Amino acid sequence: MHDKLEQEINAFPTAKLSVEHVCKDFHTRNGAVRALDDVSLTINEGEFVCFVGPSGCGKSTLLNIIAGLEKPDSGLALIDGVPITGPGRDRMVMFQEHALFPWLDVIGNVMFGLKQKPNLTDKERLEVAKYYLFLVKMDRFAHANIHELSGGMRQRVALARSLAPNPKILLMDEPFSALDAMTRERLYGDIQDVWAKRRKTIIFVTHNVREAVCLGSRVVLFSPHPGRIREQFAVGLERPRNINNHDLADLSMQITSALKGYTAAESD
Amino acid sequence: MKRFLISLLFFILLIMVWAGCTGELAFLGLSDSLWSPFVLPSPSVVAQYLWDNIVNGKIPLSMLITLRRLLIGYAIGLILGVPLGMLSARFRCVSDTLGVLALGLQALPSVCWVPLACIWFGQTEAALLFVVIMGTLWSVLLSTQNGMRSVPPIYARAARTMGSGPLHTLVFVTLPASAPFVVSGMKQGWAFAWRSLMAAEIYVSVVSGFGIGQYLHYGRELQRMYQVIGIMFIIILVGLLADKILFSPAEAWLHRRWGTDKE
Repeated sequence: MHDKLEQEINAFPTAKLSVEHVCKDFHTRNGAVRALDDVSLTINEGEFVCFVGPSGCGKSTLLNIIAGLEKPDSGLALIDGVPITGPGRDRMVMFQEHALFPWLDVIGNVMFGLKQKPNLTDKERLEVAKYYLFLVKMDRFAHANIHELSGGMRQRVALARSLAPNPKILLMDEPFSALDAMTRERLYGDIQDVWAKRRKTIIFVTHNVREAVCLGSRVVLFSPHPGRIREQFAVGLERPRNINNHDLADLSMQITSALKGYTAAESD
Repeated sequence: MKRFLISLLFFILLIMVWAGCTGELAFLGLSDSLWSPFVLPSPSVVAQYLWDNIVNGKIPLSMLITLRRLLIGYAIGLILGVPLGMLSARFRCVSDTLGVLALGLQALPSVCWVPLACIWFGQTEAALLFVVIMGTLWSVLLSTQNGMRSVPPIYARAARTMGSGPLHTLVFVTLPASAPFVVSGMKQGWAFAWRSLMAAEIYVSVVSGFGIGQYLHYGRELQRMYQVIGIMFIIILVGLLADKILFSPAEAWLHRRWGTDKE
C-alpha cells in the first residue's frame, strides 16, 4: 500500500497542449462579440505560461476552452494530440473566487476531486490530501471551516484541491486578483515552489503584467476586440523570482508598453 | 443568565396578571374574578386539569396520536416536496407548471382544504393526512426550488472540472450547497404542517383516535375553557419542542459551517 501511495505522489504527469485556429463568439444583446479570433498556441510539457491582457481579450475564454468548460466555435484544443471534448481530471482549474465548498471542511474540499479518482482507497486518498495540504502549508488547518480562513489561506486550499488529483495541467484564472499585495507576494513564492516541486504544465491568466513576468517562463500577450495573441515573451530570469526585482520590473515595463501600443492602436 | 432571568420574570408577571384577573390573588385583595370561569378560567384550574390528564395518560396518548399523524404527513410532504422542488429548479417546463401551481396553493391556508378532504375521504385518518400534506408540500417545494437556484454556478463548474458528472454534481454539490435554504424550508413546512393538523383535528372528528386538536374542539363543545386553554399550552409546547429538537441542531451545524452565526 505504501508503494502505491509513493507512486501516486511521486508521479509527475505533464502534458503538451496545443491550440489550433480557435475562434469563439459571444452573443450579447448588442450583437456578437468575437472573444477569440484565430488563436493558435503551443505549450510544452512542464511549461509555466502566463496569459496577459486587458479585460475582453479572450484570455479567460481560452482558459475555459482548455478546461473543457466552453467549446470553441471553430478550431481545436488538443492535449498530447487528443482533442478536448469536456472537463477532465488531467486538467484542474483554480478560479478567481476560491470556489471552495462551504459545506465541507478544508480536508473535505481537498478530498473532493480525489474521491473521484479510481484505484485509491479512502485511506490513501486521505494521505494524499494531507501531503498536498502540507505542500501549501495548510496542514494545521485540515479541519477548519472555510469561512474561518483568510483570503490567502482559502486560495492555498484551492491550490491544494486542484493539485491533489495530480493533473497534468493546472489552469489558474486570476487566482490572486482578490488578495492584498502582501498575501499575493507570499503566494508568488509558494506557487513557484509548487511548480518546482510538482513540475506541472501551468497556465496562469492575469491582467497584471508584473505578476505574469514574476511567475511565467513565457508571457503570452493578448489584445482585445477581437481577442488575439499579439506577442510572446520568453522570461529567462532566475528563480525563485521576487516581484520587486529590478530586471523583472524592466521586462514588465517593456511588455506593458507593448500592451499599451496595441490597445492605443485599437482605440484610434 | 441575566437574559434568562428577565424572561422568567416576564412570564411570572404575565401569570400573576392572569391570576389577579381571575380572583386568585386574594392576599392582594383581588379575590373576585372579573369574568365568569366559563369565559376565563384561573391558572390553578388550568394547571389542575393539565396535571390530572397528564397523570391519567389522556394527554400523552393524544399527543402520541397527533404526533404520529404529523410525522407521517410531514414525511410524505418532504418526500414529495424536495424532489419536485429540485425538478422545478432544474427544468423550466416544471417550474412554469408545477412551480406556478405551488405558488398559488401555498397562498391557500391549508384549513381551506378541510371541506374537500371531508367529502373525499370522510371522517378518516386519510382526510387529516391530506390536509397536512397540502400544508407542507408546497412550501417545501418552493423553498427547495429557490435554494437550488441560489447556488452559485461556480460550485458546479468547479465540481465539473474535478470530474463530477451531472448526477454526482446534483447529489454532492448542488444539494449540500442549497442545504441552508432547504432546511429553512423544512422548518417552515413543519410549522405549516403543525398548523394544518390542528385545524384539521378541530374540524375532523375521527373515531380512529383522539388527537390534541380534538380535545380542544370538545373543550369548546362542553364549555370547558380550562380544557381549551390547557390544550393550547400543550400545542405551544409541542411546537417549541419540535423546533428545538429537530431543527436547532441542524441549523447550528449549518451556521457553524457556513459562518453565518449572528453572534
